[in-house]
Amino acid sequence: MTENTTPSQIGSVLVVGAGVAGIQASLDMANAGYYVHLVDNSPSVGGLMAQLDKTFPTNDCAMCIISPFLVEVGRHLNINIIPNSEVESLEGNAGAFRATVRNDPRYIDMEKCTACGQCRQVCPVTAINEFDCGLDLRRATYIKYPQAVPLAYTIDRSICIGCGLCEKACLAEAITYSDSPRRTTLDVGAVVLAMGNEVFDPSGLTPYAYTRHPNIVTSLEFERILSASGPYKGHLMRPYDRETPSKIAWLQCVGSRDIKPSGHRYCSSVCCMYSIKQSIIAMEHAETPLETAIFYMDMRTYGKDFDKYQVRAGDEKGVRFVRARVHTIEPVENGDLKLRIVQESGNMTEEVFNMVVLACSLNPSSQAVLLANRLGIDLNAHSYAKTSDFNPVTTSRDGVYVCGSFQGPKDIPQSVMEASAAASGATQLLSAVRWSQTKIRDLPPETDFSGQDPRIGVFVCNCGINIGGVADVPAVREYARTLPHVVHVEDNLFTCSQDTQEKMKQVIVEHAINRVVVASCSPRTHEPLFQETIREAGLNKYLFEMANIRDQNTWVHMKTPEKATAKAKDLVRMAVAKAAYVEPLPQVILGVTHAVLVVGGGVAGMEAALGVARQGYQAFLVERSNRLGGVARQLQHTWQGQSVPAYLDQLIADVNNHDRIDVFLETDVVHVTGTIGNFVTTLRLQNHSEQPRIIEHGAAILATGGKEYQPTEYLHGKHPAILTHLEMDAALAGQTTEFRNAQVAVFIQCVGSRTPDRPYCSRVCCTHSLKTALHLRSLNAGMKIFILYRDIRSYGLREDMYHQAREAGIQFIRFDTDNPPELFLTPDPDAGFGKLNLRITDHILNRPIEMNPDLVILASAILPNENKKLFEAFKVPTNADGFLVEAHAKLRPVDFASEGLFLAGLAHSPKSIDESIAQARAAVSRTMAIVSREGILVGSVIASINPERCAVCLTCVRTCPYGIPRIDPEKGHAVIEAAECHGCGVCVSECPGKAITLKHFTDEQINAKTHALFCA
Amino acid sequence: MSEVYEPTLIAFCCKYCAYAAADLAGSMRLSYPSNVKITQVPCTGRVDIIHLLKAIENSADGVYVAGCMEGDCHFVSGNLKARKRVEYVKKTLTELGIEPERVEMFNLSSAMGPRFAEIAIDMTDRIKKLGPSPVKRGDT
Repeated sequence: MTENTTPSQIGSVLVVGAGVAGIQASLDMANAGYYVHLVDNSPSVGGLMAQLDKTFPTNDCAMCIISPFLVEVGRHLNINIIPNSEVESLEGNAGAFRATVRNDPRYIDMEKCTACGQCRQVCPVTAINEFDCGLDLRRATYIKYPQAVPLAYTIDRSICIGCGLCEKACLAEAITYSDSPRRTTLDVGAVVLAMGNEVFDPSGLTPYAYTRHPNIVTSLEFERILSASGPYKGHLMRPYDRETPSKIAWLQCVGSRDIKPSGHRYCSSVCCMYSIKQSIIAMEHAETPLETAIFYMDMRTYGKDFDKYQVRAGDEKGVRFVRARVHTIEPVENGDLKLRIVQESGNMTEEVFNMVVLACSLNPSSQAVLLANRLGIDLNAHSYAKTSDFNPVTTSRDGVYVCGSFQGPKDIPQSVMEASAAASGATQLLSAVRWSQTKIRDLPPETDFSGQDPRIGVFVCNCGINIGGVADVPAVREYARTLPHVVHVEDNLFTCSQDTQEKMKQVIVEHAINRVVVASCSPRTHEPLFQETIREAGLNKYLFEMANIRDQNTWVHMKTPEKATAKAKDLVRMAVAKAAYVEPLPQVILGVTHAVLVVGGGVAGMEAALGVARQGYQAFLVERSNRLGGVARQLQHTWQGQSVPAYLDQLIADVNNHDRIDVFLETDVVHVTGTIGNFVTTLRLQNHSEQPRIIEHGAAILATGGKEYQPTEYLHGKHPAILTHLEMDAALAGQTTEFRNAQVAVFIQCVGSRTPDRPYCSRVCCTHSLKTALHLRSLNAGMKIFILYRDIRSYGLREDMYHQAREAGIQFIRFDTDNPPELFLTPDPDAGFGKLNLRITDHILNRPIEMNPDLVILASAILPNENKKLFEAFKVPTNADGFLVEAHAKLRPVDFASEGLFLAGLAHSPKSIDESIAQARAAVSRTMAIVSREGILVGSVIASINPERCAVCLTCVRTCPYGIPRIDPEKGHAVIEAAECHGCGVCVSECPGKAITLKHFTDEQINAKTHALFCA
Repeated sequence: MSEVYEPTLIAFCCKYCAYAAADLAGSMRLSYPSNVKITQVPCTGRVDIIHLLKAIENSADGVYVAGCMEGDCHFVSGNLKARKRVEYVKKTLTELGIEPERVEMFNLSSAMGPRFAEIAIDMTDRIKKLGPSPVKRGDT
């Protein structure tokens, strides 16, 4: 990693793949000063996540949480979405690449298409709906899903009969049958690969009979079945007869952990969790009682809060977890399916289910592999992009980064984290050319209308025939003319079309319109567009109101046109009523302090500080101990065998030598004030030898780390041959001869993890035990090595190590919590500390076994470091286990809910060193959207306090879900920082003194709409 | 009554879930009664008792609040606050001699277009059975 400042660098980046990882990387870079070309071979962005029904472990609706990101990426001034396209080649070098992109024809002009859907209505050709996994049909002219971005149709010419009906129906004249493939070149400084994964096709696995019976579905098909917008509208039905199943089986590891060439050797990382999620959600959707069973090998619920989710599914929801392999699936009568099950004991049993879900593995698509080959990217043995533990998002080609599941099978939060990390890699490389290619919107000053009466312009859209073909638009228009304050009305064929927008700007000026109402589609998709237009005409963007007379009117009342017309009038009257009360909400630009405070001097903290410095900004690194390094000082190797001490020495040297990093050792954070962009933090040396130091910074990253649990179990501390993982690592670093002579070594897993006190998995211990066991094996081929485990959780590509361990003759004995191994110490005159004796019941023989280990290694839990005062100073929350809580478990895994604060490393949850590094670099990327700017805009839809009415009752302080309101003792009333308020309005409605107003949603404005509706 | 009464209902829908679900119902071309008119709020936590009571005072036949699923509120817990307020308004209406069923709270996700339509149908049916608001009839 070098600080490249070559002047020939290009401040644009190419992102390939527009799933959730590609979207996140694009947004991060575009918000931090780079122009982004986002290429995807599909007609719309969203990737696999857009197809999911719910997401674990929060059961959030996938579309609910991803669609704001889709809209943001779709409207971003500095993101150029290039759909239907493939990157053909990449010439040049890091800093200055030239990519050649093939743009496949869409046959519909995206600029002209208004997504009115008329083309689809008239299209006579039906085709298999790939988005619904073939469980449904679509037209040849189609849109992938209703929330798709870009919101434009496409024609599938492979089945189109060229009848010309859509061309005749399209009033926007967007159909271009003559469209042909084009080639474009893009000059970019860096590339981020985010091609994602596809779901394994189980057709080749004959015993699972997938192709022989419709009631055997893949996990992705089941997502679509559960989806409220899917083929069955969210009704739980099986495909064969559309009956509601009463008994469903999930089969884990279909195509994963499979040594046969038909499958993949690795673990797909996400299937255990999604199967649990699907079984819970299926029960919620079922109108009649539903029995669910998950057949699995190891339950791999290793992520943050995953184990609790699994325990709840079993204990509270009644999901049956069966540790057994299903041998074959045999269709029987009535569409049911008989499973032949090999129990752990080796016995074969049978059970009949109404439906079977195959938990299919993930794998890179063949197209992605070909692309990687074209780009000259090294892949590993499993066809994933090859990376190293210390540079987890850097590919073999300089300037090309990778994130998401093309780097290895992983879940959404890990993909999002890596996406930000990859963005950080690219922007660090191009830090010298930040803001060089970005566009700025040139806007006229806002006109001051203060003191003037409202002059409202109403624009009624026909939306082709989507509105006008149902409701009587001229009648609605003429009705609008009669409403109070309305000075201008018109109707348009498409209000959103480019020419109408230009005309609208002229009309606003000509008629001195100071409030605009558009009656058309949904503000969800079109409000930002119209707001931009009125802003270009000199109006503040909040002097605007929409009446949704399409999505919420003509589309749902097509069969009753008179009612649709009447309702359109009602909605327009309501919008006009509110418009009369809307006020301009000027946004204020606050200056930003171009520095980041990092708390914690372990790997995550140092990576974060170094990342910030290498991006060109000042970093302050605070560590409470007397040296940098954290828990990594006690580690020897990463899971892929790279040397931790060598890496750590270099990292510490780089941090100490960087002139933009100030390191504060033996220092505590004692006080934090300020808000996003401008924090002021007081640091104090623990020995009080100096005056407290005041630091100003625009953002902060908390990387306060974790530590190893000191076991009270298994005689730890009572015998020198009983070691925790970290003790073993330290011992291995020193002397290896004593271990060479050991005859029997035993690893005991889950010591202090997955217990009632600590109901979480420590994630890294299984891999660490496998790695250490293989190390011992390399020292002594004759050593008997046992790993006593509950579930082996070598997730993802770590599964390779499990295979290696088994091949190396390491023996695995499983135990349950009600039958744990027992370790005894018997006095032995020959051995000073006594002799160790271990008893465990073998899970296959179901018989007790005894052994006399020379070495016992305890896979001890990971605990978060205690930092109560620090966390209070930053007002950041911790969960019941003491780990910091991120803003959103899925899509904001490194942000705190409080703006401007971020987290990384073990303080967030147990994780391996490569994952900590990725998260730290992700946090750097997130801070860049703040500190790389000259200023940030604050204001608009936020709560503000009328001091005269505030009785200092603390209701707002208690009510706010983000803890933003506070009492200012000097001013004597509550204050809400504009930069921090999220704008939900909860405090406004709770305030007993009515002292708080939510701008743009005032009582007056809301009541005006109600009044207009009922008192016309 | 010989003719079926056509009531007017107002639905306060949160931007992130219920309003998006209503849009999805449209995209899916589902059908529900035109009696329901939607007002968007950033979060159902913004819906104040006064907004519900004003609607009733203005002779709304039915009023409902639709927010995110419980536990999934975009603003953490605004929907739980809204539910409490709806319960409070129901009590107040009972005391005033107005049927509390005229006011209701619903939770749905943005992917639940069909559920949005179902709620609109059910609420309209419910209000049709109750007839015009007593405020409109001048009963109270």
